Amino acid sequence: MNIGLFVPCYVDALFPEVAIATLELLEGLGIDVGYPADQTCCGQPMANSGCQPESAATEAHFAACFRDFETVVGPSGSCVHHVRFHLDATEQTSEVVRVRRAVRELVEFLHDDLKVGAFPRARFPHKVGLHDSCTAIRGLGHCRSSEHPTRPAFSKTRDLLAKVEGLALVEIDRPDECCGFGGSFCVTDEAVSSKMGEDRVRDFHRHGAEYIASADMSCLLHMKGIIDRLGLPLKVIHVAQILNGGPA
Amino acid sequence: MTARETILATVRANLPKPAVSMPEVPTSTDHSGTEGGVGWRRSLDDLGEVHDFPDEGESPVPYFRRHLDAMGGRSFEVADAAAARAKVAELFPDAKVVCSAADEVPGTRRIADVVDPHDLADVDVGIVRSRLGVAEAGAVWLSGTDLVVDALGVLAQHLVVLLDPSAVVPTLHDAYGARLDLASSPYGVFMAGPSATADIEGVVIYGAQGARTMTILLLAADATGEI
Amino acid sequence: MSRPVDAAANAALFIADPAHQETHDRLVWGMRQHRDKAVAAIPEWERLRDLASKLKEHTLTHLDRYLEQFEANATKRGAQVHWARDAAEHNEIVAQIFLDRGARRIVKSKSMLQEECGMMPYLAGRGLEVVESDLGERIQQLDHEGPSHIFVPAIHKLRTDVAALFAKNLGTDPDDSEPHHLAEAMRQNARPKFLRADAGMTGANFAVAETGGFVVCTNEGNADIGATLPKLHVASVGIEKLVPRARDLGVFVRLLARSGLGSAMTQYTSHFHGPKPGGELHIVLVDNTRSARLGSPEFWEVLKCIRCGACMNTCPVYRRSGGLAYGATYSGPIGVILDPGFDHRKYGELPFHSTLCGSCTEVCPVKIDVSGQIAKWRRVIASEGLMAPGESIGMKALGATLAHPATFHAAEAIGLAAIAHLPRAVVDNPLNPWTKHREMPTPPAETFRSWHERNRGGA
Repeated sequence: MNIGLFVPCYVDALFPEVAIATLELLEGLGIDVGYPADQTCCGQPMANSGCQPESAATEAHFAACFRDFETVVGPSGSCVHHVRFHLDATEQTSEVVRVRRAVRELVEFLHDDLKVGAFPRARFPHKVGLHDSCTAIRGLGHCRSSEHPTRPAFSKTRDLLAKVEGLALVEIDRPDECCGFGGSFCVTDEAVSSKMGEDRVRDFHRHGAEYIASADMSCLLHMKGIIDRLGLPLKVIHVAQILNGGPA
Repeated sequence: MTARETILATVRANLPKPAVSMPEVPTSTDHSGTEGGVGWRRSLDDLGEVHDFPDEGESPVPYFRRHLDAMGGRSFEVADAAAARAKVAELFPDAKVVCSAADEVPGTRRIADVVDPHDLADVDVGIVRSRLGVAEAGAVWLSGTDLVVDALGVLAQHLVVLLDPSAVVPTLHDAYGARLDLASSPYGVFMAGPSATADIEGVVIYGAQGARTMTILLLAADATGEI
Repeated sequence: MSRPVDAAANAALFIADPAHQETHDRLVWGMRQHRDKAVAAIPEWERLRDLASKLKEHTLTHLDRYLEQFEANATKRGAQVHWARDAAEHNEIVAQIFLDRGARRIVKSKSMLQEECGMMPYLAGRGLEVVESDLGERIQQLDHEGPSHIFVPAIHKLRTDVAALFAKNLGTDPDDSEPHHLAEAMRQNARPKFLRADAGMTGANFAVAETGGFVVCTNEGNADIGATLPKLHVASVGIEKLVPRARDLGVFVRLLARSGLGSAMTQYTSHFHGPKPGGELHIVLVDNTRSARLGSPEFWEVLKCIRCGACMNTCPVYRRSGGLAYGATYSGPIGVILDPGFDHRKYGELPFHSTLCGSCTEVCPVKIDVSGQIAKWRRVIASEGLMAPGESIGMKALGATLAHPATFHAAEAIGLAAIAHLPRAVVDNPLNPWTKHREMPTPPAETFRSWHERNRGGA
C-alpha cells in the first residue's frame, strides 16, 4: 500500500517528532509512505476565519501535492476535517474532489481502514488523560460525544490506546469540552481561549493525569503553553508517539 | 400594501425550496419502544440508572408520582371525598380561605360565587379537579372549564388538584394527540409542580409567583360520595 | 451608526472577575448536565429531534399557508390579529392598543421578541408603566441590563449582586443574600403590581395554525397571572413560531425544557385560544427580518430555533464570556447566528467569538447546524470586508505565504529563529496575545521536512 504522508504546516515547523512517529508507525505496519516535500498547508487557517479567496491558492497547492496518492494520511483531526468538509475555496476539479476523498486522519486510518490489532512496540506506563479534538469528535466521529447519551458509546482513540501496554486512562469531569485553541481564536479571543485552556488542563491535573494525549497537536500546543505558564506537572503527547513506542 | 400583505408576499416569494413534506407525528405513546420508537421502553444497555419506565399495560401512575416529585410537587392516594377533605384539612390547618372548583372538597368559598378574578387575591388554598395527567412530567391539565375562574390556578397560595388515576396517560403525545380539546376554553394549562424559579444562582425555589405548593390527590372521579 | 460589539474585550473583562465568571460557568454547565440526564431518559430522543426539525422545515416551507390559517382560526376565536413588518411597527401597534383602551399599567412576562424590538424603552417613552414579572427579567430591569441568557436572564449575577439591587430598589436587607428570601421579597413586591395591572403581555413559544391558539412556557406562572387577571392580553408572536397542529406540540414541548433546563416540562405550559369572556386578546405577528432570512438558502434554517437555550448552556465560550459580552438581544451560539442578521457591521465580530467546537449543533433539539452557520457567517463578514483590520491583513499575508513552498519554508526558518533567539522580554510583548497566559513553544532543532531529507533521502 502506498500512501501520502500529510504533515500539517505547524507540525512540520514545531513538532517534527510527531511526524516522525507517524511515519515510523506506518512504516512499521509495512506501509510504503511517500512524503511530498513541497506541501505547505491545507488552507484551514484562512478558511476557518471565513477568508475564502485568501485560502484558494493554498488549497489548490495542497491538492496538487497529493494528486498521485490513493490515500493520504495526516496526524491531525482538524486539518483532515478541513480537507474533507471545507476545502472548497479552490475550484472543485475532479482531482481536488478525489484528493479530498482520499484524506484520512491517522486514528481512523489505523482503526477503521487497517483495523490494527496490536502495537507490539507500544509501551507507555503512565496515567493518560485523553483529549479528542472537537473536529475529531463532532466532525470526524471519532467517538460518541457527550451530547448524545442515547447513542451507543464508542471511541476509536480509546480502542487504540487500550492496546498499549501499561497505559492507564484517567477520566475527567468534562470529557469532551473544547480546550479553547480554535485556530486564530487563540489570539483574537485570547482571554477566553486561555481560560478555557486553563480549565481544561486543570481538569486533567485534578484527576491525576501525567500526560494529556491527543491526535491533534494544535490543541496540545495551546495546552502546553498554558501548562508551562502555570507550572503544572503535566506533559502532552501525540497519540502517534504513544503508539510508536513512547516519546522519542 | 398593508403590513399583512407585505409580510405574506415576502414570505411567499422567499419560501425555501424544495418544500418539505409533513412528517408523521405520533398521537400516542408507542410501547414498542426500541431506538426508533416513541415510547417508554429503554433500548440501550448503557443507560444503567434509568429504569423507571412502565411496560405496556402497566399503570403509569407510579411514574406520574415520581416525576411530580421531581418537579417539586407531591401526591397522595385518597379513598373517597371525605378522605380528600380530611387530607386538605390536615395539610393546610391554618388556611382561612379555601376556594374550590371541585365538588368533592367544597372549601370555604365556592368558585361559582367569584365574579372578578381579583377577588382570589386572598385565597390560601385553591382546589380544582383535573381531567388529564401526564406521567412523564407529573403534569396535570387544567382548563378554564375546570378552573371556572382561570386565575384560581395561579393566585392561590397553595394548589390542590384532584386527579382520577385512570386519567393519567404516559406521554404528551397521548395528551396532545387525542385527549385534549385545546380550544374548548380560552385558557388551558399544563401545570407540572408548583411555581418555581432558578433565577438566583440556579437555586431552585418554589413559590416564585404562582402556587407555593402543588398537591395532587389521586381520587377516582366516581368516588365523589356525598357532599 | 453603532460601533461594532467587541465580544472578546467584553469577555476578557468578565473573566477578570473570577467570582462571577467561574460561578457562571459552573451553573450554566450544570444545566447542560441536567439536560444530558433528561435526554438519557428518553430513548427516542434522536427521533424526536428529527421530527421537530422536519416539522419546522415543513412549516417554514409552507409558512404563508400556516400564517393565514392561524390568523383565520385565531380571529374565529375572537382574538384580534395584527401584523408588524419590523420592531418599530410592533412597538407602535402595542402602544396604540394600550393607549386606545386607557391601559397604563402593564405586567409582562418574558419575551425575547419584545427584547429584540426594544419595546420596553419605547413604551416607557409613550408614558406606559411596564413591569417585568419574571424574577430574572425583573432583576435585569431593575439593573438596567438586558437578559444575559434566554431563560435565566440574570444567571451572570451572584446572589450578593441581587441582594444589593433589591436593597436599593425594594428596601430589603443588603446583608441577606439568601436566595429564598430574595425570591420571597420579589413575590411580595410583584403581587400588588399584578393585582392593579390594566393589561398583561406575553410572548409565545408556539402558535398553532390548526387551532388559532398559542403556547407560553414559564416556570414561575407569571405569564398566567398577567394573562388571567386583567381583561386585556397582548401577545407578540414571531412569524416563525408557527406549528401546524396541536399534536405537533407533543414533539416540541417534550424537547423544549429537557434541552434547556433538563426538566421534563416547564412548570407551566399555558395555552391561549381567544379572549376570556368580556376581555380582549391581541396577537401581534412580527416579521422583523424573518421573512428576509427565509429567502436565504444559507441561513433560513436558523428560523427553526425554539429558543430553548441548550446551545448557550453547552457553549464553552458563552460560559466564559457571560451573555452580556455579546452586546445583543441574543447571546451565545444562537446569538452569534441571529444577531448579524439584524446588523452585519455591529455584530460582525460575533461569528469569530467561537471555537467552532460544534457542541451547539449536537444539542440543538431542532437540528440547526449552529456551528456550520457560524462558519458561514464568517465567510459573509470576511467577504464584506467587515473583519477586524489586523486579522484581515494577516490572513492575506498568511494565504500568500502558504500557497508557495518556497515562501512557506523561508517563513518557517524565520519563525523558528525568532522563537529560539528572541529574549523573553521581546517575545512577551503586548502585541503577542499568545504569551499573555501561555508560554511559547520550544522550537525544535529542525523541521520534519529537513529531517526527512536527511533520513529518508528526500521524497
